[in-house]
Amino acid sequence: MERNKTRADNQPSGSHEDPRLESQPGNRDGQQKPAGAQGQTSGASGAQAQSMEVQGLNCFYGGFKAVTDVDMTIRPNKITALIGPSGCGKSTFLRALNRMHEVTRGGRIEGKVLLDGEDIYAPNVDPVQVRRKIGMVFQKPNPFPTMTIYDNVVAGLKLAGSHKKSELDDIVEDKLRQAALWDEVKDKLSAGGTDLSGGQQQRLCIARTLAVEPEVILLDEPASALDPMSSMKIEDAMQDLKKRYTLIIVTHNMQQASRSSDYTGFFYIEAMGEPGQLWEFGETEQIFSNPERQQTEDYVTGKMG
Amino acid sequence: MLNMLSAMLGRTTIVKEARRGNVGDIIYRVLAYAFGLSFLFLTLWIIFELAYQAIPAFQEFGFEFFWSTTWDPVAGQFGALPAIQGTLVTAFIAMALAGPIGIGIAAFLVEIAPRRVDRVVGFLVEMLAAIPSVVYGLWGIFVLAPFLRTYVEPWLIPAVGWLPFFSGPFRGYSVFTASLVLTIMILPTVAAISRNVLRAVPMEQREAMLALGSTRWEMFSQAVLPYAKGGIIGALALALGRAAGETMAVTIIIGNARRIFESVFEQGVTMASIIAANFTDASGALYRPSLFLVGFTLFLITFTINVIARLLIKATSSGPEGGV
Repeated sequence: MERNKTRADNQPSGSHEDPRLESQPGNRDGQQKPAGAQGQTSGASGAQAQSMEVQGLNCFYGGFKAVTDVDMTIRPNKITALIGPSGCGKSTFLRALNRMHEVTRGGRIEGKVLLDGEDIYAPNVDPVQVRRKIGMVFQKPNPFPTMTIYDNVVAGLKLAGSHKKSELDDIVEDKLRQAALWDEVKDKLSAGGTDLSGGQQQRLCIARTLAVEPEVILLDEPASALDPMSSMKIEDAMQDLKKRYTLIIVTHNMQQASRSSDYTGFFYIEAMGEPGQLWEFGETEQIFSNPERQQTEDYVTGKMG
Repeated sequence: MLNMLSAMLGRTTIVKEARRGNVGDIIYRVLAYAFGLSFLFLTLWIIFELAYQAIPAFQEFGFEFFWSTTWDPVAGQFGALPAIQGTLVTAFIAMALAGPIGIGIAAFLVEIAPRRVDRVVGFLVEMLAAIPSVVYGLWGIFVLAPFLRTYVEPWLIPAVGWLPFFSGPFRGYSVFTASLVLTIMILPTVAAISRNVLRAVPMEQREAMLALGSTRWEMFSQAVLPYAKGGIIGALALALGRAAGETMAVTIIIGNARRIFESVFEQGVTMASIIAANFTDASGALYRPSLFLVGFTLFLITFTINVIARLLIKATSSGPEGGV
């Protein structure tokens, strides 16, 4: 059981009702790493993957507390799955990890989220910068319909500044390969991003996220809107991706979680209107075969949810 | 036995009710058809009369009517170019000014303003669109024109007077003032439709761009605006159509000078205003047909603009991934 109730540093870092999204436009090439704490990534084969540390995180929508008091350590180059019944706050928690939660009206948090030792909610941190380091893939494939496949992949890169055409070409191929989409689209890169099938669109969205060179990738039920074949392809791609990135995935698919993740967090809500909590967290093997709490067992065996 | 009886009774009741329902259906259908067709008939009648009554003028002047600058009822010479010029210039100035401002208002309401502000201001914007145009005209002539003369003209003329279209002395009742009133009149149209179009952009599109590390402005300019482009162009076209057809306010303000103007500070006339200002004394074999020909032309222009506008708006605001 990884939960550590005796943490010392549970000072809330204040509310974040005002997203300071426009600040520090100059500092965003996103390539330099935060100083220190390199030791934590020891053993990681990917140069960029980073660990994350969540400390006493509470998430709110206005006055409503959706997630309470989560502590979690997310290891680099691993896939961490977040499971649990609907409405238990796992998506909200995920969105708090790259400051997307505050984009929702009334969304704010208390607590700390450290990316490689640095609090991403510290007052001097630019959420724009945070999101370049912690990318996100959404539940519904959302490529930009007015852009070509090529332009979709480089959309985030173009935000950061100009690149040479040849450089962009290489990045597009590289990222589409990593997302296991290259072979299917290499001959129609100038087709519209929404001309693809749902599964291809989702892999395009993954490629688009990779192109920004994030350190951590959050996936919010990335395969729930897809057929089993497309879902498999995304799972396969994830196994390759974890060599270079740290992955956190919210999923409703128990098989997917048990097959593909290294760590699993079970979120649970005790009663309607109560905030969701991280009920149990540990190695996937252990959560699925020998969970410590009854509700976890009920959920992973299909008796609940 | 009892079961059978009740089953039979039940069936007869159903049959009876069905028949009664059918009568209602027939009446409903006949009435609906009648009203629907009557509207179609009305529209066709208007178009037909517009064209039919205009025939004498077209027979006399031909296409020359659209190039000629002479509008001389006494001599029986009619040319619509000054009116066409007035309509196009005022409508385009109005759209050029109201477009950016209206889209800006919509962007503020949808992307930035708190929900309560959006609701209140959004309501006001739609209210503004419902003010009768004659009220705008009164306001233009008694408030805006003196204001422009007193406070704007002193610095505007030195600033832009050297430009070809801004030369000459400033007049309160002028093409310029009329264009400004039109701007204010179509502003609610642009803002209200743009607001709806921007709202229809799925939240996922915004989040996709933000998650790539965009600022709010980059999100708006690169994800929201391209998605909403068709609808916003439609809003602008609809506004252009309204500006081109607007009659009362312009008739009051523009000065009704039936000649080509070289500066927006001169007085002018539009197709709508020339009809409104002259129909009472339109006697003579060609005077009235000429007004009808102007009207028919205006109808064709605004009709075309409106059709294009509505097609664009429809294609966007109920797009394949519409809804939030």
